[in-house]
Amino acid sequence: MIRKALWLSATSAFLTLFTVGGHAEDRVVNVFNWSDYIDSSIIDDFTKETGIKVVYDTFDSNEILETKLLAGGSGYDVVVPSGNFLARQIQAGVFQKLDKSKLPNISNMWDTVLERTAKYDPGNEYSINYMWGTVGIGYNIKKVQAALGTDKIDSWDVFFNPDSLAKLKDCGVYVLDSPADIIPAALKYLGLDPNSTSPDDIAKAEETLLKVRPYIRKFHSSEYINALANGDICLAVGWSGDVFQARNRAVEAKQGVEIGYSVPKEGAQMWFDQMAIPADAPHVAEALEFLNYLMKPEVIAKSSNYVLYANGNKASQQFVDKALLDDPAVYPDAETLKKLYTVQPYDPKTQRLITRSWTKIVTGQ
Amino acid sequence: MSNIAITDSGPSTAAKPLLTRLGAGFVSRLVIIVPYLWLLFFFFIPFIIVFKISLSQSAIAMPPYTPVLDFTDGISGFFAGFRDLNFDNYVWLTQDALYFKAYVTSVIIAAVSTILTLLVGFPIAYGMARAPATIRPTLLMLVILPFWTSFLIRVYAWIGILKPEGLLNQLLLSLHVINQPLIILNTYTAIFIGIVYSYLPFMVLPLYSSLEKMDYSLIEAAKDLGCPPTAAFWKITFPLSLPGVIAGCLLVFIPAVGEFVIPDLLGGSQTLMIGKTLWNEFFANRDWPVSSAVAVILLLLLIVPIMLFQQAQARAQEQDK
Repeated sequence: MIRKALWLSATSAFLTLFTVGGHAEDRVVNVFNWSDYIDSSIIDDFTKETGIKVVYDTFDSNEILETKLLAGGSGYDVVVPSGNFLARQIQAGVFQKLDKSKLPNISNMWDTVLERTAKYDPGNEYSINYMWGTVGIGYNIKKVQAALGTDKIDSWDVFFNPDSLAKLKDCGVYVLDSPADIIPAALKYLGLDPNSTSPDDIAKAEETLLKVRPYIRKFHSSEYINALANGDICLAVGWSGDVFQARNRAVEAKQGVEIGYSVPKEGAQMWFDQMAIPADAPHVAEALEFLNYLMKPEVIAKSSNYVLYANGNKASQQFVDKALLDDPAVYPDAETLKKLYTVQPYDPKTQRLITRSWTKIVTGQ
Repeated sequence: MSNIAITDSGPSTAAKPLLTRLGAGFVSRLVIIVPYLWLLFFFFIPFIIVFKISLSQSAIAMPPYTPVLDFTDGISGFFAGFRDLNFDNYVWLTQDALYFKAYVTSVIIAAVSTILTLLVGFPIAYGMARAPATIRPTLLMLVILPFWTSFLIRVYAWIGILKPEGLLNQLLLSLHVINQPLIILNTYTAIFIGIVYSYLPFMVLPLYSSLEKMDYSLIEAAKDLGCPPTAAFWKITFPLSLPGVIAGCLLVFIPAVGEFVIPDLLGGSQTLMIGKTLWNEFFANRDWPVSSAVAVILLLLLIVPIMLFQQAQARAQEQDK
C-alpha cells in the first residue's frame, strides 16, 4: 500500500513537472468522433480562435464508443454517439447535463431535428445534434440498369424481394453489419412497426432476411464505400453520407461509375449523431466552447459541405452548398420527411433477441 | 549429471559461512518468485476479475453489470455475496447451440491452421538449422523481420493480395494459369492463409532451436548403416525435434482458437468463431457477464489440454530416466 502511494506521488510529481515545463496555461479538449466525419480545417480554426488545443481521436462503431464510455474514465470531453445509443447511455449515467448558458449558439438549432432527437434525449438536455441522415439504398446506376432493366430504385422491394435481389447477386450486394439499422427496415417493408419488440415480428423480419441472404456478398459497415466507388458491387444498404462519399469518389476516379442513392418510398430510418459531454470529462469548459463553436452556422455548414450529411442547425442552411441543400436525399422535402421513422433503443432482452437473430442471418447458423 | 552436481557442492557449501548460504538461497528464491508474481498479476488476478463479472448480471449502468462479491457492504457483505452467486450465464451458454458451434468451429480452424503452419514451418526451420553458421543470424533476422510492421497492416495487405482484382489474381490471369479470378477473400482459405502467415514465426523459432541443437552425425551414422533418408528423418530428425514441434504447435494453436482479427478481415460473414461471438456479446449485446462466461469457458477449453499435455510430458521424462 505504501509502495503504491509512493509510486503514485512519484508519478504525479513527474507529470506536474512535465506540465509545468510545458505551458501551464495550455487548454485542451479531447474529442472522440466518427472517422472521416469533419473538415479538419474546422479544428485548426477553433484552435486559432480560442487557443484551445484539440486532441482528435476517431472510432468506427457505436459499440466501441459505448464500451469505452461504460467502462468509465475514457478521458474524452466530447463524444458523438448515435441517438439510440445515446438514450441508453444517458440512462446508464454516462453523460452530464449541458450548461446551456455557455452555449449561446444553441438558438441556431433546427426545431424539426430537435423534436426528433428529444425522443432519445428528452428536452435535449444532454446532447446537441452534429449530423443526421437516413438508411437507404446505394446503387451502381449502370449495373442495376443492366440487371433489372431500370435505373430508378424507389422501393425496399429491390432488396427484400428474393427474385429481384437474385438478379443482382453476381454484380454484388453489401449490407450494413448493423442489426439496429437493417431489422427495422425489414419490419417496415413487411408493413410492421419498425420499433416492434415482439419476438414474432422479429422472427418475421429474420425470415425475410434469410430469404435474401444467399444473394448478399458481405455484411460490413464501411467497406461498401470503396466497393461502390470502384464498381465492385452494384447495391449496398448503407448510410446516406457514405453513399454520397462513394458517389464523389467515383466521380473523381473517372472510371465511368455512377452511384445513385434512394430513400425507399415505404419509409427509411432517420438517424442522429449527437455530441455529448461524459460525466467524468476532464475539460468541461473547453468542451462547451467546442460545442458552441460547432453550432456557429458557417462552421457546421463547412462540415456538412465536407462530409455530405445534413446537420441539425437551421441557421447554417444559408451556408450549405446549394447542390447539397436541394438534394432531397440529403435534406428530404416535407413529403419524404413524413415517411422517415426513428428507432428507439432496445431493452436488454430484445437486444439479445436481435443480436441472436442477426448472427443467424449473417452466418446462416 | 544432477547427482554429481549435488555431491560436488555438498562439502563446499558446508565450508562457507552461514550468512552467505542464507543470502544465496534468498537470491535464488527471489529469482524464482518473479515469474510467479508475473503470473499472479497478469494472469491470475485478471482471470479472477473476469470470473467475478461472469457471475453477475448485466445492467444499464457504469460499468454495465450488477456488482457481485465486492466490499461495498464490508467484509460480511462480501461473504454474504457467496450465497447469492449464480451460474445463470453458464447455464445460458448451454441452452443455445450457437456457443457450442462457435467453440467447435474455432478449434477446428485452429487445428487445421496449426497443421498447415507446421507443414510450412518445418522445412524453413530445417533449412535454417542446416544453413552455414555464418548466415544463420541473417535467416533468423528475416523470420523476425515481419514483426517490425504492425500485425494489422500485414493482415490488411493480404486483402489487397487475395481480393478478386488483387495482386494474386492479376498475376495468375496474366500468366494465363486461370481464366477467371479465384474467389479466395472472404472464405475459409483466406483465414488459413492469414493464420499460417501471421503465426509462422511462432512455429519456426522453436523448431529451429531444437533442430539446431541436433547432432547431425546421427544422420550420417544412419546413412552409413544403410538407412534411407526418409526413414532417417522419421526415426531421428523428427523425434529429436519433437519438443520444438510441440512448443510450436501450442504457440500457434492457442492464440488461433481465440483469433478475432484475421477471420474478421479475411473471412466471410458466414464464419462463426468464438472470438466474434465474444465480440458480439461484449459490444453488440453489452452483456459483459455472458461474454466473461464465454471467455472463462474458452480458457478452460485451452487450459485442460495444456495441463494434460504437460502431465504426459512429465511422465515421459520420468520414464526416460
